[in-house]
Parts: sequence; C-alpha cells; structure tokens
Amino acid sequence: MPLAVELQGVAFGYRPGQRVLEGVDLRLGEGEFVAVAGPNGGGKTTLMRIVLGLERPGEGTALLFGEPAHRFSARRALGYLAQRAVVGGDAPATVREVVSAGRLATGRLVGRLRQEDRRQVSDAIERVGLDLVADAPLKTLSGGMQQRAFIAKALAGRPSLLVLDEPTTGVDAESQESLAQLLADLHGELGVTIVYVSHEFGAVEHHVQRLVLVRRTIVFDGSPHDLPGVWHDPGHVHARE
Amino acid sequence: MLESEFMRLALAAGAVVGVLAPSVGFFLVQRRQSLVGDGIGHVAFAGVAAGILLDVSPVLTALVAAVLGGVAIELLRSRGGAAGDQALALVFYTGIALGVVLVAQAGALDVNLFQYLFGSILTITREDLALIAALGALGVGTIAILYRAFAAVIIDEEGARVAGVPIGSLNVALAALAAVTVALSMRVVGILLVAALMVLPVSAAGRVAWSMRSTLVLSTAIGLASALTGLTVSYYADLPPGGTIVLVAAAVYLGALVVASLGRR
Ligand SMILES: Nc1ncnc2c1ncn2[C@@H]1O[C@H](COP(=O)(O)OP(=O)(O)OP(=O)(O)O)[C@@H](O)[C@H]1O
Ligand SMILES: [Mg+2]
Repeated sequence: MPLAVELQGVAFGYRPGQRVLEGVDLRLGEGEFVAVAGPNGGGKTTLMRIVLGLERPGEGTALLFGEPAHRFSARRALGYLAQRAVVGGDAPATVREVVSAGRLATGRLVGRLRQEDRRQVSDAIERVGLDLVADAPLKTLSGGMQQRAFIAKALAGRPSLLVLDEPTTGVDAESQESLAQLLADLHGELGVTIVYVSHEFGAVEHHVQRLVLVRRTIVFDGSPHDLPGVWHDPGHVHARE
Repeated sequence: MLESEFMRLALAAGAVVGVLAPSVGFFLVQRRQSLVGDGIGHVAFAGVAAGILLDVSPVLTALVAAVLGGVAIELLRSRGGAAGDQALALVFYTGIALGVVLVAQAGALDVNLFQYLFGSILTITREDLALIAALGALGVGTIAILYRAFAAVIIDEEGARVAGVPIGSLNVALAALAAVTVALSMRVVGILLVAALMVLPVSAAGRVAWSMRSTLVLSTAIGLASALTGLTVSYYADLPPGGTIVLVAAAVYLGALVVASLGRR
C-alpha cells in the first residue's frame, strides 16, 4: 500500500529545549481512515501540523505521499480543518462563500468558480445538512453549524488526504454520529485518506480501522478493539503513565 | 458645473478613485490592516516632496515611493519579525520625516504642497486623468481576477496555506495595489485622507450587507457615491474636495449604523 504519511523519528518543540513530540514513527497508508486521540496538550494538533508541512520536525523526517511534507507539491490534494476554526474578517461571509473557499484547492486560483465547482460546493453543503442556511452569514449560525460549514469547506475540495482536527467541538451527539457516517461514506465511496483528531472519539470509533493515541509520543497504535478498556477515557492516558 | 472642463475631469477621476479605494480597502479591512493605507500615504508624501525637489511629476515619484513603502511594510511584517503595527509605525514616521526634510530642501512648503495633502479639484489635467483611469482599470481588473484567492485567505488563512495558496505573494500584491490606489487618489482626496476612503465605505457596507461579495459591491457603490457627492458639494460650497468627500463617507457610515441598529430591532 503506498503511503500517504510517513513520519520517522520525529521530535519537535516550539522553543529550543521544549519537547512537544519525540520519537514519533507513524505510517498511514493511502485510503486509511484513522482516528488520532490523546489528552489535551498531548501534541495531536502539533503532529497534524507536521504531517501537513506547516511545521518542520526538529529531528527525523516527515514525508507526504513520498515528498518532504514542507515542500509537498500537490497541496491541492490536501483538506484541513484546523482546531477551533473561525471565519476571518468582518465581512458577513455566507456558508456558501466559506465552502467555496475550499474549492480553491482543486480549481484554478484565479477567475470565477466554474459550474463544476458550484456543484461540488452545493453537494458539500448538502452533505453536512446546511442547505437551508446556505446563504446565511456564518456568524449568524450556532457554533456547531459553523463547524459543519468548515467541514463542508474541507470536503468541497475533494481532497485525497483529509485532516480534521477536533471537528466535532460544539457539535451535538446526533450530528457527531452523522458526521462520522458521512466520513465513513466518503471513505468507502472515494477512498479518501482521513485523519480524524479528537479527544472524545466515541462517534468515529465504530468506523475507523485504526486508532492512534498521542501523548508526546505514540502510546498506542492499533485497532480500537484492542485498546485496553481503561484507555477508552483518554484522560487515563495521563493516569497510566 | 459640468460645463467646466476641470470639473468634468475631477468627477471622472473621482469616480475611478471612489470605486478603486474601497475595493482595495475591503481586503485591507478584512485582514485587519486598515491603517496600511495611511502608512503608504505618508510614504507617498515623501515621494511628492522628492518629485518637487527633482522637478519631475510628483504623481510618478509618489507612485514609486508608495509601492516601495507598501511592499516594505508587508515584508517587514511577514519576514522582519516586527509586529504588524511596529512595521507600519517605522514606515509611517520615516515617510513623513523624509517628506518634511525634502520639502524644506525644495523650499516648497506652500499651497502647491497642500493640494497633494488634501486634494484639489483644480489640479487634475487630462494626462493625470488618463494615468488615473489606466491604473484604476488595472487595479480593479487585478482584484476581479484575484478575488477568490484573497477571499480564501481572509476566510481561513491556515486552510489556504495547507492548500498551497501563495499567501506571501498575495500579500505583496495587495500592498502594491494599496500603493497604486494611494498614488492615484492623491489628486482627488489627498494623501492624508485617502486611507479614509479605503476604510469608511467598507465599514459602512459591513453594517448592512448580507454576504462577503455584497459587502465588496456595496463598498464600491458607497465609495463612488461619496466621491461624486463630495466633489459636487465642494464645487458649489467652495470646500476642499478631499475633506468633503470623506465627510460624506463618514455620514454614510453613521447612517449605516443607524439602519443596522433599526434592522436588529
Ligand atoms: N504555538 C505554540 N507555541 C508554543 N507551544 C505550543 C504551541 N502550540 C502548542 N504548544 C504546546 O505544545 C503542546 C502540545 O500542544 P497541541 O496543541 O499539539 O496538543 P493537542 O493534543 O492538540 O491538545 P488539545 O487536545 O488541547 O487540542 C502543549 O504543551 C502546548 O502548550
Ligand atoms: Mg489540538
């Protein structure tokens, strides 16, 4: 199986001497659906930023589809929902405008949206169940609905690697389950590689083949079924150390 | 009013400036860089002074200085490790200091200089208008082409970065656009007030608009209406055009605030 992500001996700190991550080895095959979990401050977000080439590892190597992550050339194939994403600027951007911004990844950088782009945007909006508020300014929606708009934005570019960092913050249990189902469908239909970061992975647990627990390094990597019972509450990752 | 040639030229130039300034300002405001226009204006002042001293067209020297200043602000901000407002302050003060020194050298602390600082409808020539129209069309065209890329960076900078949007180049392009706008608008609203025309219509539009695109379109409409109304008032009441235009824009902003608060009830 070709690798989407390959990290070898990765260590990282934001400041000299700081060790946010160390000794991280991680290989994600193309088409995998992986959940990444761990306690607050465990380094999940940092790990994703290294995977996407937004940060360079202090030690070790990070490859994306075989290329150094920070110099990865086919960036349009990447979809990313940052943790706690909020829409920037003062202008009242609508759901459709926000989701269209995700289309930049596949379409041309310049000029107007094409028919096909508009169709993909509407499709993504429908998939996350925001069609009724598609033309409402994002800031007039609830936190959970805003989050779903950002998920649609990440989907709209039809990425081959989709990284979602805590996408269900503020999303109710029902929507969490429907998001999990949506991701499972995308994964099944289109073979998208999905990395789903969460510290409460309850909803996706049933859909992923693989669970990675991060606490400064990778402390568990395997099928969710093999996870020791006590670790189902990620808070225990702390307690067990 | 329309029978006088200078007024026709002023209105035409005012229309270009009224549309261009808010459409560039829109992106600056969204990126929380509202004062960049001001900073560039101060550098343009040094450019005007250099033009007077060297006896070449002050509009051209101001254009060159403004582009250099705009790009310098952006590079200091993104590469130099200086916080955004400090980079701005540095360029701001250097510009005005250099301007004062050059103006004193040229012995040009007179009415002529005032026209550049606050605008003057009497000074626009046919050649000026041709330059203003050409650069204005270039600016509006660039914005139309880059709109989606700029919008993507505003909406979600991190997501855009991951997707490979060349954010650094877009920022430099925006700085250059702002500089061109300042240089163009100098004759109509003046260096010291051009930034107001980049910001006020956008703030006003943001109160009543319903989407990002409608904010941009409404901003340009307000900018255009303010410029034409302001010029007309300044013609009949014999007021300085720059100040009058900006006062009209400020009144529209207050009006938008009222409309927005009524709408919320
Ligand atoms: N920009 C930053 N500068 C300095 N330190 C940082 C920065 N971002 C994160 N850290 C530190 O790195 C460590 C890991 O943070 P990270 O955000 O990767 O954890 P996380 O697992 O995503 O946590 P959470 O569950 O709260 O999202 C923390 O100790 C945090 O304080
Ligand atoms: Mg995190």
